[in-house]
Amino acid sequence: MAKVKGDIVIDIEKCKGCELCVEACPQETLGLSKKVNSRGYLYVVKIQDNCTGCVNCALVCPDAVLKVYRKTLGKENPVAVVSNVTQDLTLTVNK
Amino acid sequence: MNERTMLSEERHFENMIQAESICTAENLVYERPGTLLDVTMHYCPGCGHGVAHRLLMEVVDELGIQSQTIGIAPVGCSVFAYNYMNIDMQEAAHGRATAAATGIKRVLPEKYVFTYQGDGDLAAIGTGETIHTCNRGENILIVFINNGVYGMTGGQMAPTTLPGMKTTTSPYGRDVKVQGYPLKIADIVATLPGSFYVTRQAVHTPAYVRKAKKAMLKSFQYQKLGKGTCFIEIVSNCPSNWKMTPVESNRWVKEHMLPYYPLGDLKVPSEKETAQ
Ligand SMILES: Cc1ncc(C[n+]2csc(CCOP(=O)(O)OP(=O)(O)O)c2C)c(N)n1
Ligand code: SF4
Ligand code: SF4
Ligand code: SF4
Repeated sequence: MAKVKGDIVIDIEKCKGCELCVEACPQETLGLSKKVNSRGYLYVVKIQDNCTGCVNCALVCPDAVLKVYRKTLGKENPVAVVSNVTQDLTLTVNK
Repeated sequence: MNERTMLSEERHFENMIQAESICTAENLVYERPGTLLDVTMHYCPGCGHGVAHRLLMEVVDELGIQSQTIGIAPVGCSVFAYNYMNIDMQEAAHGRATAAATGIKRVLPEKYVFTYQGDGDLAAIGTGETIHTCNRGENILIVFINNGVYGMTGGQMAPTTLPGMKTTTSPYGRDVKVQGYPLKIADIVATLPGSFYVTRQAVHTPAYVRKAKKAMLKSFQYQKLGKGTCFIEIVSNCPSNWKMTPVESNRWVKEHMLPYYPLGDLKVPSEKETAQ
Protein backbone atom coordinates (compact mmCIF):
# COMPACT_ATOMS: atom_id res chain seq x y z
CA MET A 1 0.00 0.00 0.00
CA ALA A 2 1.26 3.44 -0.84
CA LYS A 3 2.30 5.47 2.17
CA VAL A 4 -0.11 8.17 3.13
CA LYS A 5 0.78 11.30 5.00
CA GLY A 6 -1.76 13.60 6.54
CA ASP A 7 -1.80 16.89 8.35
CA ILE A 8 -4.32 19.18 9.94
CA VAL A 9 -4.60 22.93 10.45
CA ILE A 10 -6.35 24.03 13.61
CA ASP A 11 -8.37 27.24 13.86
CA ILE A 12 -7.40 27.74 17.50
CA GLU A 13 -9.79 30.63 18.13
CA LYS A 14 -12.87 28.58 17.11
CA CYS A 15 -11.95 25.50 19.13
CA LYS A 16 -13.89 24.88 22.35
CA GLY A 17 -11.73 22.04 23.61
CA CYS A 18 -14.59 19.55 23.61
CA GLU A 19 -12.16 16.70 22.82
CA LEU A 20 -14.54 14.92 20.48
CA CYS A 21 -11.79 14.98 17.84
CA VAL A 22 -9.26 13.63 20.34
CA GLU A 23 -11.63 10.72 20.98
CA ALA A 24 -12.28 10.16 17.26
CA CYS A 25 -8.66 10.16 16.10
CA PRO A 26 -7.47 6.59 15.49
CA GLN A 27 -3.83 7.71 15.56
CA GLU A 28 -3.89 9.52 18.91
CA THR A 29 -2.49 12.52 17.08
CA LEU A 30 -4.45 15.08 19.05
CA GLY A 31 -4.47 16.45 22.56
CA LEU A 32 -5.38 19.61 24.42
CA SER A 33 -3.17 22.66 24.81
CA LYS A 34 -1.90 23.94 28.11
CA LYS A 35 -2.79 27.50 27.21
CA VAL A 36 -6.26 28.87 26.50
CA ASN A 37 -7.54 30.80 23.52
CA SER A 38 -9.14 34.24 23.79
CA ARG A 39 -12.46 32.68 24.81
CA GLY A 40 -10.83 30.82 27.65
CA TYR A 41 -11.02 27.38 26.08
CA LEU A 42 -8.17 24.89 25.96
CA TYR A 43 -7.72 24.12 22.29
CA VAL A 44 -6.67 21.12 20.30
CA VAL A 45 -3.04 20.64 19.28
CA LYS A 46 -1.10 17.91 17.51
CA ILE A 47 0.87 15.93 20.05
CA GLN A 48 2.38 13.52 17.52
CA ASP A 49 3.30 13.86 13.88
CA ASN A 50 1.52 10.72 12.73
CA CYS A 51 -1.66 12.04 11.12
CA THR A 52 -2.93 10.02 8.16
CA GLY A 53 -5.47 12.58 6.99
CA CYS A 54 -8.38 10.24 7.66
CA VAL A 55 -10.72 13.22 8.34
CA ASN A 56 -12.34 11.58 11.41
CA CYS A 57 -11.51 14.56 13.61
CA ALA A 58 -13.03 17.06 11.21
CA LEU A 59 -16.18 14.96 10.79
CA VAL A 60 -17.08 15.00 14.49
CA CYS A 61 -15.98 18.57 15.21
CA PRO A 62 -19.07 20.66 16.01
CA ASP A 63 -17.25 23.90 15.38
CA ALA A 64 -15.64 23.17 12.02
CA VAL A 65 -12.25 23.97 13.45
CA LEU A 66 -10.13 21.55 11.45
CA LYS A 67 -8.77 21.56 7.93
CA VAL A 68 -7.38 18.23 6.78
CA TYR A 69 -4.71 17.49 4.17
CA ARG A 70 -3.65 14.16 2.77
CA LYS A 71 -0.89 13.18 0.38
CA THR A 72 -0.13 9.75 -1.01
CA LEU A 73 3.67 9.68 -1.02
CA GLY A 74 5.51 8.56 -4.11
CA LYS A 75 2.45 9.09 -6.25
CA GLU A 76 1.88 12.07 -8.47
CA ASN A 77 -1.89 12.12 -8.38
CA PRO A 78 -2.99 13.83 -5.20
CA VAL A 79 -6.16 12.84 -3.40
CA ALA A 80 -8.77 15.31 -4.49
CA VAL A 81 -12.05 16.31 -2.95
CA VAL A 82 -14.63 14.55 -5.03
CA SER A 83 -18.25 15.47 -4.97
CA ASN A 84 -20.75 12.84 -6.02
CA VAL A 85 -23.20 15.38 -7.33
CA THR A 86 -23.95 14.82 -10.98
CA GLN A 87 -27.48 16.10 -11.27
CA ASP A 88 -28.59 19.58 -12.20
CA LEU A 89 -30.53 20.75 -9.17
CA THR A 90 -32.32 23.73 -10.63
CA LEU A 91 -35.98 23.54 -9.65
CA THR A 92 -38.32 24.43 -12.49
CA VAL A 93 -41.95 25.17 -12.03
CA ASN A 94 -44.73 25.20 -14.57
CA LYS A 95 -46.81 28.20 -13.67
CA MET B 1 -7.06 15.45 31.47
CA ASN B 2 -5.37 12.28 30.30
CA GLU B 3 -1.68 11.80 29.89
CA ARG B 4 -1.35 12.30 26.20
CA THR B 5 -3.12 15.62 26.32
CA MET B 6 -0.38 16.87 28.65
CA LEU B 7 2.41 16.52 26.09
CA SER B 8 4.01 19.82 25.21
CA GLU B 9 2.92 22.08 22.44
CA GLU B 10 6.54 22.85 21.78
CA ARG B 11 7.04 19.37 20.35
CA HIS B 12 4.21 20.06 18.00
CA PHE B 13 5.99 23.07 16.59
CA GLU B 14 9.29 21.22 16.30
CA ASN B 15 7.54 18.57 14.26
CA MET B 16 6.08 21.21 12.02
CA ILE B 17 9.51 22.64 11.25
CA GLN B 18 11.20 19.31 10.60
CA ALA B 19 8.69 17.85 8.21
CA GLU B 20 8.05 19.35 4.83
CA SER B 21 4.53 20.69 4.93
CA ILE B 22 1.92 18.89 2.88
CA CYS B 23 -0.65 21.61 3.62
CA THR B 24 -1.16 22.78 0.07
CA ALA B 25 -4.31 23.26 -1.92
CA GLU B 26 -3.94 20.08 -3.98
CA ASN B 27 -3.70 17.93 -0.84
CA LEU B 28 -6.73 19.48 0.87
CA VAL B 29 -9.31 16.82 1.72
CA TYR B 30 -11.53 18.63 4.17
CA GLU B 31 -12.33 22.22 5.00
CA ARG B 32 -15.15 24.16 6.61
CA PRO B 33 -17.99 24.68 4.09
CA GLY B 34 -18.08 28.20 2.69
CA THR B 35 -21.80 28.51 3.32
CA LEU B 36 -21.23 28.11 7.05
CA LEU B 37 -20.38 31.67 8.06
CA ASP B 38 -16.89 32.20 9.42
CA VAL B 39 -17.96 32.97 12.99
CA THR B 40 -17.83 31.11 16.28
CA MET B 41 -21.18 29.48 17.03
CA HIS B 42 -22.76 30.05 20.46
CA TYR B 43 -23.34 26.34 21.13
CA CYS B 44 -21.81 24.67 24.17
CA PRO B 45 -18.59 22.71 23.56
CA GLY B 46 -19.33 19.38 21.88
CA CYS B 47 -22.99 20.11 21.05
CA GLY B 48 -24.38 18.11 18.11
CA HIS B 49 -26.14 21.20 16.76
CA GLY B 50 -22.79 22.37 15.37
CA VAL B 51 -22.23 19.15 13.43
CA ALA B 52 -25.76 19.21 12.01
CA HIS B 53 -25.36 22.84 10.90
CA ARG B 54 -22.07 22.05 9.24
CA LEU B 55 -23.42 19.01 7.40
CA LEU B 56 -26.40 20.92 6.06
CA MET B 57 -24.16 23.67 4.74
CA GLU B 58 -21.73 21.13 3.25
CA VAL B 59 -24.61 19.61 1.32
CA VAL B 60 -25.91 22.99 0.17
CA ASP B 61 -22.38 23.82 -1.02
CA GLU B 62 -21.88 20.50 -2.80
CA LEU B 63 -25.21 20.78 -4.57
CA GLY B 64 -24.49 24.42 -5.44
CA ILE B 65 -27.90 25.55 -4.24
CA GLN B 66 -26.94 28.31 -1.81
CA SER B 67 -29.00 30.95 -3.56
CA GLN B 68 -31.94 28.57 -4.04
CA THR B 69 -32.24 27.40 -0.44
CA ILE B 70 -34.40 28.85 2.33
CA GLY B 71 -34.07 27.64 5.90
CA ILE B 72 -36.51 28.10 8.77
CA ALA B 73 -34.94 28.54 12.21
CA PRO B 74 -36.83 27.37 15.32
CA VAL B 75 -37.05 28.48 18.93
CA GLY B 76 -34.55 26.58 21.04
CA CYS B 77 -30.77 26.56 21.19
CA SER B 78 -30.64 26.73 17.40
CA VAL B 79 -32.70 29.93 17.33
CA PHE B 80 -29.66 31.74 15.92
CA ALA B 81 -29.12 29.25 13.09
CA TYR B 82 -29.58 32.20 10.69
CA ASN B 83 -26.42 33.76 12.10
CA TYR B 84 -24.40 30.78 10.93
CA MET B 85 -25.99 29.58 7.70
CA ASN B 86 -25.24 31.90 4.82
CA ILE B 87 -28.54 31.33 3.02
CA ASP B 88 -31.93 33.03 3.14
CA MET B 89 -33.55 32.22 6.45
CA GLN B 90 -36.75 32.93 8.32
CA GLU B 91 -37.28 32.68 12.06
CA ALA B 92 -40.55 31.02 13.09
CA ALA B 93 -42.57 31.16 16.30
CA HIS B 94 -41.98 28.25 18.70
CA GLY B 95 -43.07 25.01 17.02
CA ARG B 96 -44.39 26.67 13.88
CA ALA B 97 -41.38 26.19 11.61
CA THR B 98 -43.11 23.64 9.38
CA ALA B 99 -46.13 25.94 9.01
CA ALA B 100 -43.85 28.79 7.96
CA ALA B 101 -42.03 26.42 5.61
CA THR B 102 -45.34 25.35 4.07
CA GLY B 103 -46.17 28.95 3.21
CA ILE B 104 -42.72 29.71 1.85
CA LYS B 105 -42.53 26.57 -0.28
CA ARG B 106 -46.01 27.11 -1.71
CA VAL B 107 -45.24 30.71 -2.66
CA LEU B 108 -41.72 29.90 -3.88
CA PRO B 109 -41.89 26.31 -5.17
CA GLU B 110 -38.63 26.81 -7.08
CA LYS B 111 -36.71 27.08 -3.79
CA TYR B 112 -35.35 24.30 -1.63
CA VAL B 113 -36.97 24.75 1.79
CA PHE B 114 -35.96 23.10 5.05
CA THR B 115 -36.76 23.54 8.72
CA TYR B 116 -34.30 22.94 11.52
CA GLN B 117 -35.94 22.15 14.87
CA GLY B 118 -35.27 20.71 18.31
CA ASP B 119 -37.46 18.17 20.08
CA GLY B 120 -39.15 20.73 22.33
CA ASP B 121 -39.96 22.75 19.25
CA LEU B 122 -40.97 19.99 16.84
CA ALA B 123 -42.32 17.27 19.14
CA ALA B 124 -43.94 19.28 21.95
CA ILE B 125 -45.36 22.71 21.14
CA GLY B 126 -45.15 22.00 17.38
CA THR B 127 -46.50 18.43 17.25
CA GLY B 128 -49.66 19.53 15.46
CA GLU B 129 -47.81 21.50 12.80
CA THR B 130 -45.31 18.70 12.29
CA ILE B 131 -47.87 15.98 11.79
CA HIS B 132 -50.15 18.00 9.57
CA THR B 133 -47.28 19.28 7.43
CA CYS B 134 -46.12 15.70 6.84
CA ASN B 135 -49.67 14.53 6.33
CA ARG B 136 -50.17 17.15 3.63
CA GLY B 137 -46.91 15.98 2.09
CA GLU B 138 -45.43 19.44 1.83
CA ASN B 139 -42.32 19.33 -0.35
CA ILE B 140 -39.90 20.39 2.33
CA LEU B 141 -37.12 18.84 4.39
CA ILE B 142 -37.57 18.72 8.16
CA VAL B 143 -34.36 18.34 10.17
CA PHE B 144 -35.21 17.28 13.71
CA ILE B 145 -32.51 17.40 16.42
CA ASN B 146 -33.51 15.02 19.21
CA ASN B 147 -31.42 15.58 22.34
CA GLY B 148 -34.10 14.43 24.79
CA VAL B 149 -34.43 17.76 26.63
CA TYR B 150 -35.34 21.42 26.28
CA GLY B 151 -31.76 22.61 25.93
CA MET B 152 -32.17 26.37 25.70
CA THR B 153 -34.39 26.83 28.73
CA GLY B 154 -32.30 24.75 31.11
CA GLY B 155 -32.85 21.06 30.48
CA GLN B 156 -36.53 20.50 31.21
CA MET B 157 -38.21 17.24 30.26
CA ALA B 158 -39.23 16.94 26.60
CA PRO B 159 -41.68 14.49 25.04
CA THR B 160 -38.56 12.64 23.86
CA THR B 161 -36.96 12.31 27.32
CA LEU B 162 -36.16 8.66 28.04
CA PRO B 163 -37.98 6.70 30.75
CA GLY B 164 -36.14 7.22 34.03
CA MET B 165 -34.05 10.06 32.62
CA LYS B 166 -33.45 12.87 35.10
CA THR B 167 -34.14 16.41 33.98
CA THR B 168 -34.86 19.63 35.89
CA THR B 169 -38.60 18.92 35.70
CA SER B 170 -38.28 15.17 36.30
CA PRO B 171 -35.68 15.19 39.08
CA TYR B 172 -36.45 11.59 40.06
CA GLY B 173 -36.40 10.43 36.45
CA ARG B 174 -39.22 10.39 33.91
CA ASP B 175 -42.06 8.26 35.29
CA VAL B 176 -43.96 6.90 32.30
CA LYS B 177 -47.04 6.33 34.47
CA VAL B 178 -47.27 10.04 35.14
CA GLN B 179 -45.57 11.64 32.12
CA GLY B 180 -46.20 9.09 29.44
CA TYR B 181 -43.74 7.48 27.06
CA PRO B 182 -41.10 9.11 24.87
CA LEU B 183 -42.68 10.11 21.60
CA LYS B 184 -41.13 8.45 18.54
CA ILE B 185 -42.18 11.19 16.22
CA ALA B 186 -40.20 9.89 13.22
CA ASP B 187 -42.05 6.57 13.44
CA ILE B 188 -45.36 8.41 13.47
CA VAL B 189 -44.38 10.57 10.50
CA ALA B 190 -43.31 7.45 8.56
CA THR B 191 -46.87 6.09 8.75
CA LEU B 192 -48.33 9.16 7.04
CA PRO B 193 -48.96 8.91 3.29
CA GLY B 194 -47.57 12.43 2.78
CA SER B 195 -44.06 11.59 3.96
CA PHE B 196 -41.64 10.50 1.24
CA TYR B 197 -38.39 9.76 3.03
CA VAL B 198 -38.05 9.31 6.79
CA THR B 199 -34.79 8.40 8.47
CA ARG B 200 -33.15 8.47 11.89
CA GLN B 201 -29.48 9.38 12.02
CA ALA B 202 -26.85 10.42 14.55
CA VAL B 203 -23.64 12.46 14.61
CA HIS B 204 -21.66 11.00 17.49
CA THR B 205 -19.05 9.09 15.44
CA PRO B 206 -17.33 9.81 12.11
CA ALA B 207 -19.18 6.95 10.37
CA TYR B 208 -22.59 8.19 11.47
CA VAL B 209 -21.69 11.74 10.51
CA ARG B 210 -21.03 10.51 6.97
CA LYS B 211 -24.38 8.68 6.91
CA ALA B 212 -26.27 11.70 8.24
CA LYS B 213 -24.75 13.81 5.50
CA LYS B 214 -25.79 11.30 2.86
CA ALA B 215 -29.37 11.43 4.18
CA MET B 216 -29.35 15.22 3.86
CA LEU B 217 -27.97 15.04 0.34
CA LYS B 218 -30.66 12.55 -0.66
CA SER B 219 -33.39 14.68 0.89
CA PHE B 220 -32.48 17.71 -1.18
CA GLN B 221 -32.37 15.57 -4.30
CA TYR B 222 -35.79 14.13 -3.41
CA GLN B 223 -37.20 17.61 -2.91
CA LYS B 224 -36.58 18.22 -6.57
CA LEU B 225 -39.02 15.40 -7.36
CA GLY B 226 -41.77 17.17 -5.37
CA LYS B 227 -43.26 13.97 -4.03
CA GLY B 228 -43.62 14.68 -0.34
CA THR B 229 -41.99 15.53 2.93
CA CYS B 230 -38.50 14.39 3.83
CA PHE B 231 -37.87 13.97 7.54
CA ILE B 232 -34.44 13.45 9.12
CA GLU B 233 -34.26 12.87 12.85
CA ILE B 234 -30.78 13.32 14.28
CA VAL B 235 -30.31 11.73 17.68
CA SER B 236 -28.01 14.20 19.37
CA ASN B 237 -26.56 15.22 22.71
CA CYS B 238 -26.86 18.06 25.21
CA PRO B 239 -23.71 17.83 27.33
CA SER B 240 -24.60 20.92 29.36
CA ASN B 241 -28.03 19.82 30.51
CA TRP B 242 -27.15 16.15 30.70
CA LYS B 243 -24.34 17.36 32.97
CA MET B 244 -21.64 15.38 31.20
CA THR B 245 -18.51 16.09 29.24
CA PRO B 246 -19.02 16.05 25.46
CA VAL B 247 -17.23 12.70 25.18
CA GLU B 248 -19.39 11.20 27.95
CA SER B 249 -22.53 12.59 26.35
CA ASN B 250 -21.73 10.91 23.04
CA ARG B 251 -21.18 7.65 24.88
CA TRP B 252 -24.56 8.19 26.53
CA VAL B 253 -26.15 8.70 23.12
CA LYS B 254 -24.84 5.31 22.08
CA GLU B 255 -25.72 3.47 25.28
CA HIS B 256 -29.08 5.02 26.18
CA MET B 257 -30.58 7.05 23.32
CA LEU B 258 -29.92 4.64 20.47
CA PRO B 259 -31.57 1.57 22.03
CA TYR B 260 -34.78 3.59 22.30
CA TYR B 261 -34.30 5.51 19.05
CA PRO B 262 -32.70 2.94 16.72
CA LEU B 263 -30.92 4.42 13.71
CA GLY B 264 -31.78 3.75 10.12
CA ASP B 265 -34.34 4.48 7.43
CA LEU B 266 -38.01 4.32 8.47
CA LYS B 267 -39.44 5.02 5.03
CA VAL B 268 -37.58 4.82 1.75
CA PRO B 269 -39.09 5.64 -1.62
CA SER B 270 -39.04 2.85 -4.19
CA GLU B 271 -36.90 3.10 -7.30
CA LYS B 272 -40.00 3.79 -9.34
CA GLU B 273 -40.86 6.72 -7.10
CA THR B 274 -37.42 8.26 -7.42
CA ALA B 275 -37.15 7.84 -11.19
CA GLN B 276 -37.18 11.28 -12.78
C1 LIG C 1 -44.49 30.13 22.79
C2 LIG C 1 -43.28 29.80 23.57
N1 LIG C 1 -43.34 28.91 24.60
C3 LIG C 1 -42.23 28.60 25.31
C4 LIG C 1 -41.04 29.17 25.02
C5 LIG C 1 -39.82 28.81 25.84
N2 LIG C 1 -38.89 27.95 25.16
C6 LIG C 1 -37.84 28.44 24.49
S1 LIG C 1 -36.86 27.25 23.83
C7 LIG C 1 -37.86 26.04 24.42
C8 LIG C 1 -37.56 24.58 24.20
C9 LIG C 1 -36.48 24.31 23.23
O1 LIG C 1 -36.12 22.97 23.26
P1 LIG C 1 -35.75 22.15 21.97
O2 LIG C 1 -36.69 22.46 20.87
O3 LIG C 1 -35.60 20.72 22.36
O4 LIG C 1 -34.37 22.73 21.47
P2 LIG C 1 -32.91 22.66 22.12
O5 LIG C 1 -32.79 23.92 22.89
O6 LIG C 1 -32.84 21.42 22.94
O7 LIG C 1 -32.02 22.62 20.95
C10 LIG C 1 -38.93 26.59 25.13
C11 LIG C 1 -39.96 25.77 25.81
C12 LIG C 1 -41.00 30.10 23.96
N3 LIG C 1 -39.85 30.70 23.60
N4 LIG C 1 -42.12 30.40 23.26
S1 SF4 D 1 -7.08 13.40 10.13
FE1 SF4 D 1 -7.34 11.41 11.18
S2 SF4 D 1 -5.25 10.89 11.87
FE2 SF4 D 1 -5.21 13.06 11.36
S3 SF4 D 1 -5.64 14.12 13.29
FE3 SF4 D 1 -7.60 13.87 12.26
S4 SF4 D 1 -8.44 11.97 13.05
FE4 SF4 D 1 -6.25 11.98 13.57
S1 SF4 E 1 -13.84 18.65 18.09
FE1 SF4 E 1 -13.44 20.71 17.30
S2 SF4 E 1 -14.06 22.12 18.94
FE2 SF4 E 1 -13.86 20.08 19.83
S3 SF4 E 1 -11.77 20.03 20.61
FE3 SF4 E 1 -11.70 19.17 18.56
S4 SF4 E 1 -11.23 20.88 17.21
FE4 SF4 E 1 -11.87 21.75 19.18
S1 SF4 F 1 -27.77 23.66 25.99
FE1 SF4 F 1 -27.53 21.63 25.08
S2 SF4 F 1 -28.52 21.76 23.04
FE2 SF4 F 1 -28.14 23.84 23.78
S3 SF4 F 1 -26.16 24.44 22.92
FE3 SF4 F 1 -25.79 23.64 24.98
S4 SF4 F 1 -25.35 21.48 24.66
FE4 SF4 F 1 -26.33 22.22 22.79
